[in-house]
This record gives sequence, C-alpha cells and structure tokens, in this order.
Amino acid sequence: MNVIVERERPLAELEERIAALRARGTQTAADRSALDDDVRMLEENYRGLLRDLFGNLGAWERVNMARHPKRPIASDYLAAFDQFDELHGDRQFRDDPALVGGFAKLRGRRVMVLAQQKGRDTRENIKRNFGMVSPEGYRKATRLMRLADRFGLPIVTFVDTSGADPGVASEEHGQAEAIASALMALTKVCVPVVASIIGEGGSGGALAIALADRVIMAENAVYSVASPEGCAAILWGDAARAPEAAERLKLTSADLLQFDIVDEVVPEPLGGAHRDAVAFIERLLDAVDLSLRDLERLPAGDLRERRFSKFRRIGRWQEAHVPRVVAVP
Amino acid sequence: MPMPDWLSRLRERDVPAQDAALWIKCPSCGEMLYRKDLAANLSVCSKCQYHFRMSAYDRINSLVDDDFVEIGNEIVPGDPLEWIDKRSYREKLDGDRAKSNLSEAVVTGFGTLDGFAVALGVMDFSFRGGTMGTVVGERIAHLLEEARERRLPCVIFTASGGARMEEGMLALMQMAKTTQAVERFTSAGNLYVSVLTDPTTGGVSASFAFQSDVIIAEARASIGFAGRRVIEQTVRQRLPDNFQTAEFLLERGQIDLVVTRAALRDTLVRILDYAIDRRRTAPLLKAVPEFAF
Repeated sequence: MNVIVERERPLAELEERIAALRARGTQTAADRSALDDDVRMLEENYRGLLRDLFGNLGAWERVNMARHPKRPIASDYLAAFDQFDELHGDRQFRDDPALVGGFAKLRGRRVMVLAQQKGRDTRENIKRNFGMVSPEGYRKATRLMRLADRFGLPIVTFVDTSGADPGVASEEHGQAEAIASALMALTKVCVPVVASIIGEGGSGGALAIALADRVIMAENAVYSVASPEGCAAILWGDAARAPEAAERLKLTSADLLQFDIVDEVVPEPLGGAHRDAVAFIERLLDAVDLSLRDLERLPAGDLRERRFSKFRRIGRWQEAHVPRVVAVP
Repeated sequence: MPMPDWLSRLRERDVPAQDAALWIKCPSCGEMLYRKDLAANLSVCSKCQYHFRMSAYDRINSLVDDDFVEIGNEIVPGDPLEWIDKRSYREKLDGDRAKSNLSEAVVTGFGTLDGFAVALGVMDFSFRGGTMGTVVGERIAHLLEEARERRLPCVIFTASGGARMEEGMLALMQMAKTTQAVERFTSAGNLYVSVLTDPTTGGVSASFAFQSDVIIAEARASIGFAGRRVIEQTVRQRLPDNFQTAEFLLERGQIDLVVTRAALRDTLVRILDYAIDRRRTAPLLKAVPEFAF
C-alpha cells in the first residue's frame, strides 16, 4: 500500500466536510457569516494538516510520492506540448508501448520527445508494461535520437520507470545491448539533450534516455542505482527492507543535486505534483524550455564536449600513492 | 558388512581440513582437483571443462608475454554515501582487499599479446562481486583514454554483478562515463574487444561490455542484464538451464564468439592480427615509453 495514499485519507475527509459546508444553504446574513467562519477554520486546519503530513518527507515517502497513482505521467506532459506526432517501432521486431517517442513542438520549438510511459489504471499499465521498457523500446529510442540529430532537433526526454523490463524475452532480445546502444547514441548526438526525471528513475533502464546535457528532476521524483526493493534484495536478501534501502541510496532530488547528478530541481506543491498537476506540468516544461534556450546559445560542436566533461567528472574517489608495479604479483 | 561409523563419517567429509589448501572440488562434476594442476590448466576442470572464475592477475598472466604495466591503481575508492548496513562500506572494502589482494574490482594496464602491445582491463568477481563503482568506471575510462593516446587496441575482460549499491547513483553514472570513453576510443579508429566472463550482468553489460567491435564470451559464462533470480521472481517460472549462458546468447545473435579459456589467447591474437598490421606494431616499450621496465 502506498504510504502517501494512506496518509491522504484524513485530508480527503476534511475536503468532503469543507465541500459539504460550502454547499449548505443559509437563511440570514448572520448565518452566512457564521458558516464562512467555520469554513475558514476548517480550511486553516486543512492547510495545517497538509504541512504536518507532507512538510518534511523522508526518502521512502518520496519513493511513494513518485509512485503515487495520481501523479502526472508522461502522457500528461505530452498533452501540454503544442503538438505531438508519435512515431512507432524499432524497425526490427515490434513497437514497445512502454516507450513513447516522436516529433513534437514545445512552446513553438521543434523537438524530438522520448518518454517512459506508465499507465493510469491496471488495463493501461498492462499495455504499457508499467513503464518498464523492453529492448525494442530502447532501439526505437536510439533510432529516434539519430533521426533528431540529422535534423537538428533537440531531444527532450521524460524518465518514469522502475527499471528496464526484466523478462525472458527482453533478455533473449538483448536488453543489455539495447541499453548500451541508447547510451552510445546519446553520447554521439550533436543536438541539445534535456532529460526530466518526473517519477521513478530506476537504474540503467532510466539512464538509457537520461545521458543528457541537462538533467531536471521533479522535487519528489527519485532516481536510483536500483529500486529500493531491488537493492534490499541484492544486499540483504529481503525486499521488505526497501524503506531502509531508500534512505541509504541517496535517491532524492536534494541528494542528487549535491552530487551534481541532477542540474535543477523543480519544486512541487505541498503534498505532491498531483495536488496541482496542471500548474506543476507547466512549471516543469518552463524549466525544459529555459534549458533548451541556454543550450541552443552554445556554439554548435561545444555540446558534445560539454556533455563529455559533465559525466567524466562524476564520481568520488581517492588517490593512493602506489609504487609502479612492473611485474604481475 | 555395514560400514563402521567412524569410516562413514570420514567418507562424508569431502576434504580433510589440512588438504583443503591442496585440493578443490569441481562444482560441476564433483571431481577432486589438485589445485596446482588446476592452476596449470587455466583454472579449467580437466574432467568436465568447467571454467572456474579466474583472478584478474592470473588472467593477465595467462595472456601477456611476461610484461605488464599496471596503471590507474592509484585510483582507490572513497565512501561517498557514508554507507553502513551490517558493516560499513569501508569495512567491506577492507575485507575484500585482504581476501582478494586487489585494490578494486578491475586491474588495468598495458601488456603485449604475442607481440601486439595492447591496453588490458580485467575485472575480478572476488572484489565486491565485480560491481562497478566510481573506481571501476574511472579506471576503465582512464585506460581507454591512455590507449587512445597511444593508438593501441584495447581488450577488456568483464565479470560483474552490476552497479555497486553502496555508491548509489555515482555508481550508475559510471555507465555514462565508460560509454563516452568507449565512444572516443573507437571513433578515433582503435580496436576494442570485450571478453565477457562469468558473470557479466547489469550496468557493466549494459555499457562497455556490449559496446565493443568484437564481443567474445568465455564458454558457459552467465551473461545478461537482469539477474536470473530477479527474472524468475518476475515471470514466476523456472528458467531453462542454458538461459543467459554464452552459448544461448550466441544462438540469439547477441555476441560474436564463444571461446574456451584454453583457446582464448590464440583467438585474441588472431583478431588483433586481422585488425592491426603486424609490421606496424611497436614493442610495448616503444608504445608506452614513459614506463621503464
């Protein structure tokens, strides 16, 4: 059960009571004013409750926020573009509905968009494989990255996946090679690449479309080396210890900003992006738009070099003094 | 006649403790193998051809013409996440250093293979399961950069459980770093050969393992993206025995060659010979002049 959804229950009750009170008819002006006072008091309570519940979220709570069933998903962002014309298929085997891509216009600018698409309900989630991309999806992405590069279209991606699909067919069709090739394609393109982590950024399956000049992250999104469940299973053989793993993995937007893994965090309304989805989506797209404007100002040819140095620097290590070993020990 | 109790107890014991240093049981066929014979046979079971995992330095010794210069070993791990679970990350690293005699999960350097000077990277599963953290990424990138400068071919042996959890996203980002290094190296016209050994999975297979010009896999090595257990849990069915083996991948068109360990060095030399003009091969000393042997 999603801990955020659970926490929202008293809020929903309060919302209902406020709505019921507002709907009530009144006879006199005095009654009206007394009722208004009550509504104001309840609304004050509501704001207080919102602050208490969501004012200071831990890592595991943010994981749940990122997985919230009402959280905006890729299609919600795409709907806010001026235009979008989806292009399908990897030209080899099939079209993967977990990765959506195509020509689009954002604030008048022509772009190529690539997005990991979760579903809104069970039926759609089954069709979209819960946003877990198969090799065909990564190969479609690679194809569209190259297409974008040929026509000078900036690449705009939206990351929202718990990880690459871990199925038998995906292994048979070369999941590792498909991801490795998408990474290689993003390394080679000469156009600006802006990635936005909007929900879950899980592992190599997320990075495959996020090797970008600029990485934007929604405040309550998470981005991690493995899902907390996967990490807990790998290290402790117990997926139930996911909350503990989430705290240790440093997967929140604030953590990743510190490590220079994300460049910008877009703040969310108190209680999460879904509480004011339309405004939040606009804010995130504003950030994408501004990033593209900055990147387009750079002299052509500098982008790849800058992208290289950005990722070349990432990591923390130490230098030891070692005598040069000539013979093999 | 029933076996006396003491005798059956003795027989149940695989190897008397004092002999364990001398003998090892083949996990595949159960044959007791004399460790010195096993080492002489490149850690391959003489009875069933089971390939034991090989340490990085044994591997290097089995390949080079008696000359190897290690580089990048000054790059050693920190503890960026200040990770603690049962033990701290620092303690885990100390334990692995003592146990494996390695400073990290990959050894990088230069050597010659039958006269061909090459850059060589060899991962070792006994250090943190060959996982890629900052140091593995940094050493691989450094190796490819040094090789590119000298226009030497590069051969990388992979063995990895994937990205290193204890370094979090800094570990994942090494996929990006190594990819970029491979791109610069290969687009400058240099040959890159990867040799996938048991096991090659996760972030390593989804980056530099599968970005080479020629992909060789060692016989029966387990290779894939997701771990076998993860897949079994997801699909809730038992997977066929050959699933994610080198042979399975060859059949599915994912790799160029499956080679036994005994044939590996010759295979590499033959590939180098096709891609590189032997007349133009400089001896290692000339190729890497700043390292005096």
